[in-house]
Amino acid sequence: MADRHPRTTAKDVALIALFAAFICVLGLTPRIALPFLPTPFTIQTLGVLLAGGVLGAHRGAWATALFLVLVAVGLPVLPGGVGGIGMLAGPTAGFLWTYPAGAWVTGMLVERWWRKLSWLRGFVAAVAGSVAVYPLGHAWIAVTTGMSATTASWSWVVYLPGDLIKSALAASVIVTMKRAYPLLDPPPAPTAPASRNEPRPAGGAKAAP
Amino acid sequence: MIALAGVYHPGSSALHRCPAGIKLFVLCVVGTTAMIVGSLPVLGAGIVLLAVGYAIARIEPRAIWRLSRALLVVVAIIAVIQALVSGLTAALVLAARLLLLVGAANLLTLTTPTSALIDVIERVLGPLRRFGVDPGQVGIAVALTLRFIPVIATQAARIREAQAARGVRSYRSFLLPLVISTVRMADGVGEALTVRGFQAGGARHG
Repeated sequence: MADRHPRTTAKDVALIALFAAFICVLGLTPRIALPFLPTPFTIQTLGVLLAGGVLGAHRGAWATALFLVLVAVGLPVLPGGVGGIGMLAGPTAGFLWTYPAGAWVTGMLVERWWRKLSWLRGFVAAVAGSVAVYPLGHAWIAVTTGMSATTASWSWVVYLPGDLIKSALAASVIVTMKRAYPLLDPPPAPTAPASRNEPRPAGGAKAAP
Repeated sequence: MIALAGVYHPGSSALHRCPAGIKLFVLCVVGTTAMIVGSLPVLGAGIVLLAVGYAIARIEPRAIWRLSRALLVVVAIIAVIQALVSGLTAALVLAARLLLLVGAANLLTLTTPTSALIDVIERVLGPLRRFGVDPGQVGIAVALTLRFIPVIATQAARIREAQAARGVRSYRSFLLPLVISTVRMADGVGEALTVRGFQAGGARHG
C-alpha cells in the first residue's frame, strides 16, 4: 500500500517516537562539563538538531513536537528532571515551543544539500536551526520579564557559543549518519544531470524512482 | 534504573478527581488573565487562591520545591534586575505573575495523571484530523516514546561505560552510537507495527 502521497508510514511513526525518546534521554544524561564554557550546557538541544538532520524536516519537527507533548503531560524529561505544563510557560519557554521549527529548518537544509552534504553544510544547517528558535525565545523572555525587546534580544550572546559547539557536533554526526545509515531519500531522480543546480523543495514526493 | 514516574503526585483530593479537561481550561483562563492583569492585589489574590489549591491537593512542600526551585532562582534574578531598572512595583508584579502562571501549571501537573492528559491531547487533536493529524497515531507515538525512553537510557549508560573503559571522553563517540542504535531500534519497531496491522495514516488497532 505504498501510496504516492507523503503519508506517514509505520516506520516514520517509529522513528519519530524513538527520536523523541532519544531527545528525552539527552535531557536525562548528566551534563558533562566543558572546560571552556561557563554556562550550563545541556545537550538536549543537540537532540533537536539531530532530529532534523537525521530524520529530515518533517519527521524531525514531529519528533520534537512529540517531545514537547511529553513535557506538557508532566514527564520529568527536561534537564534537571523537571517537566509539566509550567515548564512551557516559564521565561525561557519560547525556546522550547520553537524546537520543532529549529528541527524543521535544520532538516530542510540538510535535505536540500543531501547529495553534496559536507561537514560545513551540515554545520550551517545546524546553526540555522539553532538560531531559528531565537526570535520567539527572546520575544517570550521579553513578555514574561517585562524586559524591553532589545535587551532581551541580547541574550543570544549567552546562547550562541554553546549553539556553535553543538552545531559542530551535530554536523559531524549528521554527515556520518548520511554515510552509515541514510534515512532521507535522495532528491527526486528525474533531474539526473548533476549540472542542474536549482534547489528543489525536497520535502515532497517520496515516490520510488 | 531510570524511573520515569512522571511529576504526578498521586492523591484523592477534589483537585485530583476533577476532570483533566476542565483543569486545563481553568489553567488557560488563569494564565491569560495573569498575563493581562497588571494589578498587584489581583495577582496576590490569585497566588493566595493557588496556595489554597495546593493545600486542598495535599501536595508536600518537598514536591513543590523539587518542581519549582529552578524557576524560583530565575524569578529572583529577574525581579532584582527589574527592581533596579523600573522600580519595586513592576518587579513585584512580574514575580507574582510568573509565580502564578507556573505555579498553576505545576498544580495541574501534580494532580493529573499522565494518561489523563494524553487522553485530553488526543481529544483536542481530533479537529486537526483534516490537516492530516491522526490522534490515534499520536497516541501510539506517545506510548512508543514512553516505552523506549528507559531502553535508550540504558543504551546510553552502556555506551558511556564502554567509553569509560576505553578512557574515551568525547561527545561524538557517545552520540553517534546512540543515534545509530536508536535508528536501528526504530527499524524493528516499524516492522513490528506493520506486522500488527498498523496502517499508514490509518486507525489504531489493539
